[in-house]
Amino acid sequence: MSDTDQMDTTLAASAPTMSAERRRRSLGGYLFMPAALTVVLVLVWLSISRRELDAAEQNRLAFDYILRMTWAHIQLTLASTVLVLVIAIPVGILLTRTFARPITPPAIAVFNVGQAVPTIGLLAIFAIAWRFGFFPTIVALAAYTTLPVVRNTMVGLRQVDASVIESARGMGMTKRAVLGRIELPLAVPVIMAGLRTALTINVGTATLGAFIGADCLGRLIVSGFSGNRPYITIIGGILVAVLALLVDYLAGIAEDFLRPKGL
Amino acid sequence: MTDTQVDPAEGSADADTIEIRLENLSKRFPGQQEPAVEDLSMEIPKGEIVILVGPSGCGKTTTMKMINRIIEPTSGRIFLDGEDVTKVNPDHLRRRIGYVIQQIGLFPHQTIADNIATVPKMLGWEKKRISDRVDELLEMVGMDAGRYRDRYPKELSGGQRQRVGVARAMSADPDVMLMDEPFGAIDPITRDRLQNEFLRLQEEIKKTIIFVTHDIDEAIKMGDRIAILKEQSRIAQFDTPERILVNPADDFVADFIGRGASLKRLSLSRVRDVELHQWPTASEGSSQDEIRRVLGDSDRSAVLILDAQKRPLRWVTADHLNRAGGGRSLTELGLPAEAVVQPNATLSDTLNEMITARYSTAIVVDSNNAYQGIVDIDTINATVRTMREAERDRLRPDRPADEEDGQ
Repeated sequence: MSDTDQMDTTLAASAPTMSAERRRRSLGGYLFMPAALTVVLVLVWLSISRRELDAAEQNRLAFDYILRMTWAHIQLTLASTVLVLVIAIPVGILLTRTFARPITPPAIAVFNVGQAVPTIGLLAIFAIAWRFGFFPTIVALAAYTTLPVVRNTMVGLRQVDASVIESARGMGMTKRAVLGRIELPLAVPVIMAGLRTALTINVGTATLGAFIGADCLGRLIVSGFSGNRPYITIIGGILVAVLALLVDYLAGIAEDFLRPKGL
Repeated sequence: MTDTQVDPAEGSADADTIEIRLENLSKRFPGQQEPAVEDLSMEIPKGEIVILVGPSGCGKTTTMKMINRIIEPTSGRIFLDGEDVTKVNPDHLRRRIGYVIQQIGLFPHQTIADNIATVPKMLGWEKKRISDRVDELLEMVGMDAGRYRDRYPKELSGGQRQRVGVARAMSADPDVMLMDEPFGAIDPITRDRLQNEFLRLQEEIKKTIIFVTHDIDEAIKMGDRIAILKEQSRIAQFDTPERILVNPADDFVADFIGRGASLKRLSLSRVRDVELHQWPTASEGSSQDEIRRVLGDSDRSAVLILDAQKRPLRWVTADHLNRAGGGRSLTELGLPAEAVVQPNATLSDTLNEMITARYSTAIVVDSNNAYQGIVDIDTINATVRTMREAERDRLRPDRPADEEDGQ
């Protein structure tokens, strides 16, 4: 049991330590990504406006349609990430408490299943068992990304120096106070790295929601394929990529600013 | 049934002098055959530093941690200032007891001021009182409050972190402090300085301190009393450092203090406790003839040259004068005045200074570095002898003085 557990720990730990060492960036560092994405969007817009569109393309590439799909895509991403957050962080906290030690390996195994099954498969199962659209999509997304967040929460909490916890307890802080005022703040960088991973996976994977009728940018890609309109697919693909990079960029900023001072 | 065995009169007499009483304390960790601590009873007097010392795994840290119940005892009782605290709320108990561990465990995401304010905040002190207390404590441990209060732990050196750790443990002015190898992770030079500072601080604050270490030299230096523990925290000897050194209770203790017992005894007396000798001195402005006269008047072979503030500068002998000829200033003649100690230095430090400087004399100066007198190797020798004889005399009734300490 502890073997896989340990391996997970080291795997999850390697990513956040990299980001934990990155300090806040210069202004130029902050501006580069939005500038680049704006350039891409302008190019996309120029391309669409100069092209002779046929009916299907006009339909799919209309500005308000794209806007609606983008907004729906963002909603899917945020909703699934909030769901993950609400499930994974408390579970991660519980699994690091001493009393939960015996159930940690089976619990991790359950979340592993979620990540091992391909999302598209999960989507299909949920869609058949449940119904089409928004909700099965966010559940499938959440099932897929809960594990990394649970794991990072656990790693984040476990890497808190035992002597810091001991001195806190030794001064008479209650267990709850130690968790809230010491352990969680010190675990924030690693937990945030996990959330960022989840968010980035979700924004990309939300595209698959199109297969079960959820509104999202995936619709452009799917309809481009099915209507034999590669141009729509390419635009859809670019827009998803832009959105994913933007979300990752924003999450990176959040990481920079939520990291406690003094670390 | 709880208090039947404690005579109330005796209890109240205890309350004046005994801060902590451990009664038949045992700890058995789940899944282990042997108990970590077995039936330990011990009384810890108010205002003293009591050292728990013993080999690794003897249960000394477990014992200490049972006092603030970081480790809950399996059986036995703990009294703090006469009150049975074995069953009280452990979090409230711990707020009354200062706690310093080897790794210090400062909160890395909190400023020094917030770190120190941890317990006062939990006790609900007012902001102003907390802030004043933080400044007071920082000054007490020798750190500039204005400069350090808003820094983070990672911006401090190891020694500074250790000071903050001590300040944090003292924040709510607890009567009792537990210290688990507090100087263990610090380089030897800084450690020595921090130990001295801490002893000076203790003279003012007079806390009851339980101090765990595996280093017998530290125990001898820091302890008013030392408990030498065998495995399962069985007390091999619980006594003052002097008596442990002179009269080890058994082979285990003798082994543990090692063969350097006579030398270790030097850590027990300080320069201010021994009689200083005087040495011929001359001021740096003196002529060579004056120096020759001073030399002629004494039976010593050298003169100590002092500056205008009476600070020692050089040793000058007749030889040096002859070789130098007339023209040179006294400050360039002779040998530098090394091996300078203050009255609070231990004789062990003094001897060390002498050996380092390769002189047989150490110069004693006051806190302004002005010359007071000298201590020589004979004084040190005599002190060791007197100490040994005094202890022998006291112990003769119950123990024949049959053994030397292998020196």
